Amino acid sequence: MRTSFIAKNPSVLIFLLVLAVFTITVTILSEGFGIGLISTSFIKTLGKTLCLCLIAVAMDLIWGFTGILSLGHFAFFGLGGYMIGMWLMYERTRLIVTEALMQGQIPPTDTEIIDGIGNQIFGVVGSSDFPLVWAFADSLGIQLLLVVLVPGLLALVFGWLAFRSRVTGVYLSILTQAMTLALALYLFQNDSGLRGNNGLSGLQNLPGVEAPQSIVSMWFFLASALALALGYVLAAWIVSGKFGSVIRGIRDNETRVRFLGYSVESFKLAMFTLTACIAAIAGALYYPQAGIINPAELVPIASIYLAVWVAIGGRGRLYGAVIGAGFVSLISSWFTGGQAPDIPLGFYTIKWVDWWLVLLGLSFVTVTLFAPKGIGGLFDLFKKESNT
Amino acid sequence: MSTLLEVSGVSVSFDGFKAINNLSFQIAEAEMRAVIGPNGAGKTTFMDIVTGKTRPDEGRVIWGEKSISLLSMNEAQIAREGIGRKFQKPTVFEDQSVRENFLMALKKDRGFLAVLLYRPSKADLARVDELAEEVGLANELGRLAGELSHGQKQWLEIGMLLAQEPRLLLVDEPAAGMTPEEREHTSALLVAAAKTRAVVVVEHDMEFVRRLGCKVTVLHEGAVLAEGSLDHVTSNSDVIDVYLGR
Repeated sequence: MRTSFIAKNPSVLIFLLVLAVFTITVTILSEGFGIGLISTSFIKTLGKTLCLCLIAVAMDLIWGFTGILSLGHFAFFGLGGYMIGMWLMYERTRLIVTEALMQGQIPPTDTEIIDGIGNQIFGVVGSSDFPLVWAFADSLGIQLLLVVLVPGLLALVFGWLAFRSRVTGVYLSILTQAMTLALALYLFQNDSGLRGNNGLSGLQNLPGVEAPQSIVSMWFFLASALALALGYVLAAWIVSGKFGSVIRGIRDNETRVRFLGYSVESFKLAMFTLTACIAAIAGALYYPQAGIINPAELVPIASIYLAVWVAIGGRGRLYGAVIGAGFVSLISSWFTGGQAPDIPLGFYTIKWVDWWLVLLGLSFVTVTLFAPKGIGGLFDLFKKESNT
Repeated sequence: MSTLLEVSGVSVSFDGFKAINNLSFQIAEAEMRAVIGPNGAGKTTFMDIVTGKTRPDEGRVIWGEKSISLLSMNEAQIAREGIGRKFQKPTVFEDQSVRENFLMALKKDRGFLAVLLYRPSKADLARVDELAEEVGLANELGRLAGELSHGQKQWLEIGMLLAQEPRLLLVDEPAAGMTPEEREHTSALLVAAAKTRAVVVVEHDMEFVRRLGCKVTVLHEGAVLAEGSLDHVTSNSDVIDVYLGR
């Protein structure tokens, strides 16, 4: 019975192989490292998609395996992006301001430099002072830690309060929506300290790095692929053993697990916090590729899309989540990017930019009604055939 | 024999309805007890109180040699103290194999880090085989629990309870919906279990209770109406009035 983890979970190995082949192919075709068949902007789209696949894995862990339909995980994704964005923006502005001030006759003092950075960053919200939350923005190391710590702590406190009171099911989903909405509304304010609705921008430029975007985009693409691979293996390992049994037990019959002597609340809290941290890491890799983050990223609809991806891909199986997120978000950017041909009906023209959401909604309903296992359910057909 | 569980003067009401009314109950180690009573007599509520699902309005629930009160503990803590519970409807984890169900129930550290790092040892797997043999599921270990028959699910649940190694087993209507042969197997399992631990069986079926051959407690309107051997309580005129006479 004591077989190795990979041997027991062949799907993990297959997934890693597919991901590796995909990554290598894209690298060969890229502008930065290869023959230039894939444009830099599409590399960024692919890199971002990998990050979305990673948060989908987190969503599958919390929803598909633990049975908690969180509609707020994009809050953690966004916070992770903000944390890394603060350093990127601060450091880049510092370099620009310092260089500009060096042009003068007298070398600038530290205060002048700080004031200059403050003016540059917070000018848009009519301020020049650094809010308290920017205290560590000059340190990459600390901001990287905060990428995990801030969303992790939020999830820990929120989860502790919610699970301790035994809030479950749809009530919990509503609470998580309220959490992400409240956070978004707070960030929209100019005095939130994170530039209100302007958000943080220019994140695609790595401070002090001379390399062109075609190269930088490849770094992020490869980092995203690596993060997805690690996240996937971690998730698969967690759900493979007795821990997986217990959380699936919580999903199917919470009370019974409690009477077996397991503290259901601590298991839920652990999963909620862990998945929040994974989401945050995905966000920290996503936004430097997107170049900009603003509070609109945290509105509840984003987290609902996440649930839709996982449902369409097939929840309760990690590769299903990845397929759903990758497939739907790529199609979505094709439809909404204006590339999809309009359908003229004479009296009315279907413009996909407008109608894509209808299509997505319909496919969600279809999947829920007729194929609850999602796209991933197709793999069961192969499995059955190979068994007989 | 020393008392394992002592429930004294417990009352609980829901929206003014007294489900349990000044109930007192004792059970010793390695004792089998059947609890009978008409619908609404408070049998299930009694189990809810002992296992921490329902908090009584008044009264005491004292457990073990150290005489600790169970009232301040939650369900999981009480389960870890050694009280196992079988529900009326068979509740096993249908999406998982019989073996996984057993492994989850085995008495082990329940902390989430310990669970995360847990990998079954040879001894654990041997113990699962042994338990499966005992409840008659030796050939079903690899199957999904959801594919089992109704009776097999009940046995799996009883096997999972044994895997928890509880000192007290609370069993709610184990024979409901079973064929006569399945009933026989179930009563034999419970009698064997009661040799080393306390077992409380809530049951409607008199034939099944007779087969258990143990002391019987009759509940009525949330209180103990009579207690003693089955023949003793069935000849009690109060009991005949409220329960058997109908």
